[in-house]
Amino acid sequence: MYVAVKGGERAIDNAHAWLAEERRGDRAVAELSVAQIREQLSLAVNRVMAEGSLYDPDLAALAIKQARGDLIEAIFLIRAYRTTLPRFGVSHPVKTSAMRCDRRISATFKDAPGGQVLGPTFDYTHRLLDFKLAAEGEVAEAPEAAPQPGQTPHIMGYLNREGLIKEEVPDEATPPDLTREPMELPATRALRLQALTRGDEGFILSLAYSTQRGYARNHAFVGELRIGAVAVEIDIPELGFTIEFGEVVLTECETVNQFKGSKTELPQFTRGYGLVFGQTERKAIAMALVDRALRWKELGEEDQGAPAQDEEFVLMHADNIQATGFLEHIKLPHYVDFQSELELVRKLRREAEGCAGQEVAE
Amino acid sequence: MTENSERKAWMGLLARAPAGELNRLWSEAGLTPDYAHLRPPEVGGVMVRGRAGATGAPFNLGEMTVTRCAVRLADGTVGHGFVQGRGKTHATQAALVDALMQGVEAETLRAVILSPLKEAEDARRTARAARAAATKVDFFTMMRGED
Repeated sequence: MYVAVKGGERAIDNAHAWLAEERRGDRAVAELSVAQIREQLSLAVNRVMAEGSLYDPDLAALAIKQARGDLIEAIFLIRAYRTTLPRFGVSHPVKTSAMRCDRRISATFKDAPGGQVLGPTFDYTHRLLDFKLAAEGEVAEAPEAAPQPGQTPHIMGYLNREGLIKEEVPDEATPPDLTREPMELPATRALRLQALTRGDEGFILSLAYSTQRGYARNHAFVGELRIGAVAVEIDIPELGFTIEFGEVVLTECETVNQFKGSKTELPQFTRGYGLVFGQTERKAIAMALVDRALRWKELGEEDQGAPAQDEEFVLMHADNIQATGFLEHIKLPHYVDFQSELELVRKLRREAEGCAGQEVAE
Repeated sequence: MTENSERKAWMGLLARAPAGELNRLWSEAGLTPDYAHLRPPEVGGVMVRGRAGATGAPFNLGEMTVTRCAVRLADGTVGHGFVQGRGKTHATQAALVDALMQGVEAETLRAVILSPLKEAEDARRTARAARAAATKVDFFTMMRGED
């Protein structure tokens, strides 16, 4: 049976007009500008850039405004826009060792060269609502001190020198790109890292938390967490040289994890790695824990059957746009599908009733 | 080689400059060179890569927006603009400065555009570095009361 689904155009237009009005809210209240969102809701902007997988603070702020603050909707808008961009090239891998750090802390080495630099953090705030922010007022300038000269070295480098930590294998292979080719499993670590860095913060956070609670526990310490600006370089083929054409703020987390050693390797520490666009430290730490959990096979660890070890489970469910797309589509008209279900249930009931009737007659 | 490294430096500086700042300096410089676009300004993306564990194999981190264009001055000099963000005016002005820097006006341009941009970039970086330095923890050991 065919059920007509045409019509509704006027209803849709009117719904959109009302949406626009609701987005604007009370007209007696000043309208929010995109620049205000970019500057004052910057952590929301950072999340949208990270999971939208496109670094452009102005666009992310616009998306947040358009989405009425629904960040997954904003990420959806950014992903859709991203697909319209021609790709001019790929950058050289960013050098996070040359990061201009706003923040750099280590939970493992108190006296790390370069020191513990707290940066603009919520840590050590008392999480009490600040009613002063409800009133307008000028903010005092933050104190300054003499900048530290030179680069801040990676803390892992010191453990590396003693051979206490498993080294990363340098490799110049072209990494797979899940925005260009369908995800293939089993995945390489490069593919996993791409999926995790653009994955949903809540999902990655929960998986990371599950490893801490004992589902594939891997005893992570934050060896180093750094946030700051790094240069982005690209080769310009017309010119035959490389230029440093941009700068992005990144959050990088390296965890130090226990490793008991194996038949072929001495006991040493291993690591998990998180690298995310923007100031996004919860996500970067969570990414590092999940990255480490997913490395069980290459490190010769036991499969505990934990969700965070299950590559297919993690990678196929980390993307909030895929998830929300499939989830939310079930609210859209399924009249035809449902009509056939309805017919089937009626038929089964008639048959069951017929049988019951016969049994009674017998 | 030196010529290239200088050009790399100014192209990078122009690319990273806030579009508004370059626009103001360009307007104040009052330059109106005759030019044609060899490649009209075009917005696109660049895939930014990172490395696993900061030093290992590369992976795709995410894209960023960029705008590129190329201009040719009346004397045939070609300039390229390749800038962060979605700024067609920014890319065109960067390309024009790149072209003019290859000619007789280089010293003037260095004084009125590149030097102020460099100073502003240094000042922005220093301001953040100074704030970060002020949040560096000075540990001190509590008296243990052993003696």
